[in-house]
Amino acid sequence: MSMGVPRVEGRAAGAAAKGPRVREALLGYAYLVPAFVVFGIFFFYPLGRLVQLSLFDTRGVFANQRQEFVGFSQWWDVLGGEEFRSSLWITFQYVLFTVPAGIVLGIVLATLAHRKMKGIKFFQTVFSSTVATSVAVASVIFFALINPEVGYFRNISWLSWLNTENPDTALLAVSVSSVWQNLGLTFIIVLAALQSIPDDLTEAATLDGFGPVRRFFRVTLPLLGPTLMFVVVVLVIFAFQAFAQIDILTKGGPQGRTETLVYRIFTIQFDDVNTAAVMSLGLFALTFVITLFQYGMLERRVTYGD
Amino acid sequence: MATDLTAPTGGSPRRGAPRLGDVLWYLLMTALSLIVLFPVWMTIVRALSSPIPYLRNGLPPYPVEVQWNVFRSAWTEGDLARAFLISTVVTLVITGAQLVTSVLAAYSFAFLRYPLKKLLFALTIATLLLPIEVTLVVNARTIRSWDWLNSIQGLSAPFLATAFGIFLIRQAFLGIPGDLRDAAMIEGYSHWRFMWRVAVPVCRAPVAGFALIALLSAWGQYTWPRLAVTVSDWEPLQTRLASLAVQNIDRSNIGFAGALIAAVPIVVLLIVFQRQLIRGLTAGAVKG
Repeated sequence: MSMGVPRVEGRAAGAAAKGPRVREALLGYAYLVPAFVVFGIFFFYPLGRLVQLSLFDTRGVFANQRQEFVGFSQWWDVLGGEEFRSSLWITFQYVLFTVPAGIVLGIVLATLAHRKMKGIKFFQTVFSSTVATSVAVASVIFFALINPEVGYFRNISWLSWLNTENPDTALLAVSVSSVWQNLGLTFIIVLAALQSIPDDLTEAATLDGFGPVRRFFRVTLPLLGPTLMFVVVVLVIFAFQAFAQIDILTKGGPQGRTETLVYRIFTIQFDDVNTAAVMSLGLFALTFVITLFQYGMLERRVTYGD
Repeated sequence: MATDLTAPTGGSPRRGAPRLGDVLWYLLMTALSLIVLFPVWMTIVRALSSPIPYLRNGLPPYPVEVQWNVFRSAWTEGDLARAFLISTVVTLVITGAQLVTSVLAAYSFAFLRYPLKKLLFALTIATLLLPIEVTLVVNARTIRSWDWLNSIQGLSAPFLATAFGIFLIRQAFLGIPGDLRDAAMIEGYSHWRFMWRVAVPVCRAPVAGFALIALLSAWGQYTWPRLAVTVSDWEPLQTRLASLAVQNIDRSNIGFAGALIAAVPIVVLLIVFQRQLIRGLTAGAVKG
């Protein structure tokens, strides 16, 4: 390991001993430049600009022409306002409707498909097939099913959840499209985790007299822990970012009952950029806390597993 | 009876009469498969049917007045060909740029020593906490102020680097044995040469896995194009097919055909790179 080092240092020792190290440092920074240009312009600058937009009133005709410092007053107006709270609640509901159902279905399908049977490849392919759809494609597919005017479920009363008479089920109807779209991904990840569990473990549990149900809850499920945490993180983030589903399927309706936070930000940013800025920062705070929390849990679980 | 014929040749784990459990399993799996595939079937129905007769027939679960040429007319009338091309170029630009920026930054973090490295790495990881949806409002104004609305560069710019790729590739680089580096040093390899001739080829599996994920997510983008594009001429495939399917009922079959077309490249990728893709998808699950 130390073979190469003396040569490099030896060459440098004569002149400025710092030379190679400075060069290495410069190279290190240089390699970071491309990524940090992008991060600077599209991640860090927007964050600062959002803070500024949230503290100033810039609702002039042109941005930067009329700016009035208003402090946190816009914050209180927005965060305390009905609009923000309702879209926040809708976003939370969206998480509740999509994440647990997605996880449970993923586990059920993966467990069912984790068997050595004839034709198993076919079923595995079918269950993972929805990974080939994007959010937009899945939403268009579900448009053909749940749209109240031209959707197939229009004719089937117990499935026509998206309608103006009963806006309570509209979000649920949209959620189904997300659950379906994410099913392939969840299935693939959980199945891969199931296949990585050594057979001896489950066989040992069987020899110990564990029935299939007990074996699943006492052996398999705990071993899936880290994987499931990862899937939860991914699904929650997907749910928080929900936009295409709403844009394609409901446009926020009926009666604003499907206006998620991102959809609300998208629609008001042209009219009221300051409110949009406060809402964006609210979304940031939320995803920040949740991701930190989840990665913290993930880390603990993973180190446990090792 | 049928199982008596197939069981001995099929190498099935069990022989003889089928067990009740197995029959139930097949029934259940078939039912679940039908449920999962039903939305796709209905999309095929909507793509093949003539839109107005289909509606007049009361939205049946089978095609009405089939138009087999819908895929060709989608390509020409719906301008899906142009949208497909835009999506392809943007996806390749984003994936290529993400590979280069990620490899460079990952190499810097993994192999080079310099002050403030920890802080810069923390800043990189911090961008993972900042979804594009948060910065949407400002980024749209940035693109507008540069006159980059309705352009390839406007559609790609915010995605040319990603902390996800830097993180994954750095992890892979850190696994490269020290002996390999030392051997390269003795051979007189520069960092640049070592990076592209040794480090990346050695880590080709995780790098390829990341590239596939980058391709998938760039191809599927919807939210950013809705802001970065204001004229239908510049719409990428995902927003184009959505507006076709939703906005104009007598041309909606073209939109549904577009939804099927948009899935084709991913299906091809899935079939060809199944193993790498699963590795890419599960990379975060096993080692965070």
